[in-house]
Amino acid sequence: MNTMNRRDFLNLMAAGGGAVFASGLAGCAGMASSGKAAREDFYFVQMSDLHWGYKGPDNPDALITLGKAVDSVNALDMPPEFIIFTGDITHTTDDPAERRRRMREARGIIAGLKVRKLYFMPGEHDASLDRGAAFKEIFGATHYSFEYDGIHFVVVDNVSDPGGKIGDEQLSWLKDDLGKVSPALPIVVFTHRPLFDLVPKWDWATRDGAEAIKILLPYPNVTVFYGHIHQEHHHMTGHIAHHAAKSLIFPLPAPGSQEKRTPLPWDPAAPYRGLGFREVDATPSTASYGIHEFPVVRT
Amino acid sequence: MNALPRRQALRQIAGWMMIVGAGVPCIRQLHAEETAERVIEIEARRFQYTPSQIVARRGETVTLAVRAIDFTHGFSLPELGTRIDLIPGRVVKLRLQLTRAGRFTYLCDNFCGDGHEGMNGTLIVEES
Repeated sequence: MNTMNRRDFLNLMAAGGGAVFASGLAGCAGMASSGKAAREDFYFVQMSDLHWGYKGPDNPDALITLGKAVDSVNALDMPPEFIIFTGDITHTTDDPAERRRRMREARGIIAGLKVRKLYFMPGEHDASLDRGAAFKEIFGATHYSFEYDGIHFVVVDNVSDPGGKIGDEQLSWLKDDLGKVSPALPIVVFTHRPLFDLVPKWDWATRDGAEAIKILLPYPNVTVFYGHIHQEHHHMTGHIAHHAAKSLIFPLPAPGSQEKRTPLPWDPAAPYRGLGFREVDATPSTASYGIHEFPVVRT
Repeated sequence: MNALPRRQALRQIAGWMMIVGAGVPCIRQLHAEETAERVIEIEARRFQYTPSQIVARRGETVTLAVRAIDFTHGFSLPELGTRIDLIPGRVVKLRLQLTRAGRFTYLCDNFCGDGHEGMNGTLIVEES
């Protein structure tokens, strides 16, 4: 009998897919020996910061990068349960008609993903100039929650306010939403900007993010996945883990490593370097998450 | 009757939209007798501040008089723990007492469009 579960498989093939980062209270120990035939975990994919519509030297292949990433996701050994897009689906524009055109175009490419369910949320490039109006028309709500296989997922919008705020109304909703959840249920938060002060001088923060963390802290199992900073990054605030995802347009420098947050230059010898998407292998029973990073193009 | 105390009080509030970061070591509210104060005008427009570099001396008190031209930009000095929202067409003032030398970034923290990420400048506080 083959008792290899998905996590075993991913760990074995991680060398071909990228780094593995385990997050959670109980870690991954013991899962392989359980021998359960039934699904004990599931996985989803996080894609972030597509910036569809961007034109510039930092990614001369901008028109084909997203399509290549879609192909790579579709080539995964098993389709994910769902895919979450953590913001900046489009690159900003002042023109409302062009904004909608970019959103529809991106949505059309994304529709090629072989997955049962897609979840969307905005980044500041999508939503800050019109307070989320176009995003709501084309992708739907900017904040919401859902449950999936024993995990409570919450999407927090910290970009529709151009000041990078969640706002009192949404914070109140968050508190109420979590209040209805069993305290034992693991909570996963999706957001665009970091909820903590990563590098405020680069605008890598949420102005009232501390309020959100204060609401989340009483819950024992909380993990945050976000975008915005165009690179993999891991941070803890108390017992809450925060994991930033790579971009699908251009990478940004390490937090605070230089005076300006200018994009890392495109390297023709290594196209798509620093870009990618991730799988998150979730085990609700232990509130643990195995994170597997993948490049845009898998070789 | 000595009107000075009233004048002092009025001076602290009259007509100025002033942000003072309570508890922040390098910013505190001024007393009237501390008169050596420089006013530095800054223009904010998409996607730059003019000037983008300000030089001051440690111990100096400066008032930044910031005028936004085209958007409700923000003016944030996160390392000094203070920020203001700008109002297009109006001058918004921020009074700082600089007690610490260093390079401090100021930036727009209200997303203002394609180029927002580059809208910043540097306040250089030199040792006096």
